Amino acid sequence: MIVEFGHFALVLAAVMALVQAVAPLVGAARASYGLMVLARPAALAQFGCVVIAWGCLTDAFVRADFSVRLVANSAHSTTPLIYRITGVWGSHEGALLLWVLSLAAWTLAVCLGSRRLPLVFAARVIGVLGAVSTGFLVFMLATSNPFVRLLPAAGEGRDLNPLLQDPGMIIHPPLLYMGYVGFAVAFAFAIAALLGGRLDAAWARWARPWTTLAWVFLTAGIVLGSGWSYYELGWGGWWFWDPVENASFMPWLVGTALIHSLAVTEKRGAFRGWTVLLAIGAFSLSLLGTFLVRSGVVSSVHAFAADPARGSFILVLLVLVIGASLLLYAWRAPRLGGGGHFGLLSRETTLLGNNVLLLVVAASVLLGTLYPLALDALDLGKISVGPPYFEAVFVPLMAPVVVLMVVGPLLRWKGEAVRALRRFVPGAVMALVLGALGVLGVSRAAAVGWPGWRTALGLGLAAWVAVGCVQLLWERIKPPRVSLPPAAWWGMWLAHFGVGLFIVGATLVGSLQSSLDLRMRPGESADFAGYAVRLVQVDERSGPNYDALAATLDISRAGRPVAVLHPEKRFYRTIGMPMTEAAIDVGLFRDLYAALGEQLPGGDWIVSLHDKPFISWIWAGCAMMILGGLLAVVDRRYRRGGRRR
Amino acid sequence: MRARQKRLLLVAIGMVLLLGAVALVLSAFRENLVFALTPSDVRAGKAPQGRTVRLGGQVVPGTLAREADGLTVRFVVTDTAENVDVHYRGVLPDLFREGRGAVVQGALQADGRFVATEVLAKHDENYMPPEAAHALEAAHRAATTAVRP
Repeated sequence: MIVEFGHFALVLAAVMALVQAVAPLVGAARASYGLMVLARPAALAQFGCVVIAWGCLTDAFVRADFSVRLVANSAHSTTPLIYRITGVWGSHEGALLLWVLSLAAWTLAVCLGSRRLPLVFAARVIGVLGAVSTGFLVFMLATSNPFVRLLPAAGEGRDLNPLLQDPGMIIHPPLLYMGYVGFAVAFAFAIAALLGGRLDAAWARWARPWTTLAWVFLTAGIVLGSGWSYYELGWGGWWFWDPVENASFMPWLVGTALIHSLAVTEKRGAFRGWTVLLAIGAFSLSLLGTFLVRSGVVSSVHAFAADPARGSFILVLLVLVIGASLLLYAWRAPRLGGGGHFGLLSRETTLLGNNVLLLVVAASVLLGTLYPLALDALDLGKISVGPPYFEAVFVPLMAPVVVLMVVGPLLRWKGEAVRALRRFVPGAVMALVLGALGVLGVSRAAAVGWPGWRTALGLGLAAWVAVGCVQLLWERIKPPRVSLPPAAWWGMWLAHFGVGLFIVGATLVGSLQSSLDLRMRPGESADFAGYAVRLVQVDERSGPNYDALAATLDISRAGRPVAVLHPEKRFYRTIGMPMTEAAIDVGLFRDLYAALGEQLPGGDWIVSLHDKPFISWIWAGCAMMILGGLLAVVDRRYRRGGRRR
Repeated sequence: MRARQKRLLLVAIGMVLLLGAVALVLSAFRENLVFALTPSDVRAGKAPQGRTVRLGGQVVPGTLAREADGLTVRFVVTDTAENVDVHYRGVLPDLFREGRGAVVQGALQADGRFVATEVLAKHDENYMPPEAAHALEAAHRAATTAVRP
């Protein structure tokens, strides 16, 4: 009964979304007050309906109601309660419901946070969000209804994929989706500006915090996904350039370009058309990401068996959104007007340069991700594009981005004389010295001669960022200045500094990491990366829905104990799937990572050991970017500045 | 006029850099493409020697063997029409089984062995890697068309 109630709520949500789309947009076009004020109540009602539907589905999972097909497919009566609740979004249908729920939540936030916006504008924004929501709700009801019953009911469920039975999986998808969907808000702002033919500094000030918040969520989602693959997949890698990772990384790249372009639009009124185009692009890539993951067209570690019919539906949705918005752009963009002029050596130039570079990177990732799919679809052969391509492209293209990222904030708006470049000389020299010291350190630590140009470049860039951030801070707070910079400035500073930390981590883990696959007998010791590793024993252990073999590894260095690790080999009973559960000793300067392989005939075990220097710096750098983004969102300026003009 | 020249200069520099970037992307792309082949393709000599390729197919039951070090494994991958010997040193993914689909990445050696550097794992027990499914399907198609007059 509750399930039917949820189903009904979902249908009602689709109707409400349609009202939320049509009434305000028509009202705005006809200047009808009565229609425009319908936007908020409709959005509220839609949110309520989606929450009810969500609650009903969660209830079915908690009660382990196996007469619902979705529950029978991705839960088992022995699945721990927490994974029954998070199992709601462990499947395609549930993930879509999560998508729609995030969109409804964003819409609600926009409704509550837009009271100071002109009614026409707010109505258009909410209307566009309603249209997107309608599309997805219809998609769900037509092809992937989570409330479909299973008759006769299954006696027992099939359990959730063990890879998803993990704390990282609890929060990774919601954060990622909040990011994806958050760009829908930026998109709605852009479409509303095109429809209204007005795009000014006030518009950019409204759009900025929303876009930055979406970026924060997306960043957090990507980082959690990366962390999850690091400790869950048992290979010790943290980024695989897997099509699904790329699917979330492309909107991130364009979104990063967007938040910077918005800054220029707000401060200088320039880049207007460009900003709108980026907003459309970021959201389109979010949709593309959803399509790639949900249609099962990509062959990747995320590729679960999926239904191609759903893919075509999302593809149609994608074409509609991109086509309609680009058409609107072509028609209305000339009205937006140009921006202020700026000199060759100005903050605008560096931001423009970075914008273009970020787009080129996004395009190259897109090429590497879609080309194999296109070839396959046209039956021209099967190819794959692996990490070597992405690394060969990504590093040289991002290096100038990092250089400009430091130069930009130190330059003035509008333009400066060439001699302003003299200010960068001391910093550049210091960065070179620090970078060279770093390279020396690495070549001693790894006992190699020349650690490679990539290491040298990475360390040099990281030093450049660190020195540049210190210089930026000094120039901002040096006497006689008395006032402290606003929160948004600190946010920028922190995020840029975080990029520096990230580069250190990514570079050093790449050049110093080592791994060893060993055959070990219980009681035997081995040397690895300066540590003595002893396999003490392997015990049987049983969890709620799995049986496990857990190894005990004593790790010591020069006779002193360092850590005891318990990597496991789990066998999930219902789903019949083995899983490697790695064990990690996390440290500030290195992680020690152990995974248990198969047991060989004769009682020996295969043990995989990884030494991951500085990998924590990657997470720390990303955490700083996220924190910086949050600081920028809460800046008082946006709350004060949203007033009606 | 000066402002205009400046803008022209900016656009020109931008274009040159952009073209450079595009050239970099395309050359990296060409060098790093990995072709996915079936065992029949390999036997037909379509695999460039020494270059990284992917091989998809089914692991023939009973062919998985370990060398004395316990870490090096050998197995045969088939598309039902042709077989290829694969050598791999390392830990096999959790879902690797005899009789199931598998995708291996590596290079073909002069003696006809395929030395894999990577055995790809999949996340779902009931899921056939597309490359493996493709290989079996292609062999099946070839077999059925060969029978027809």
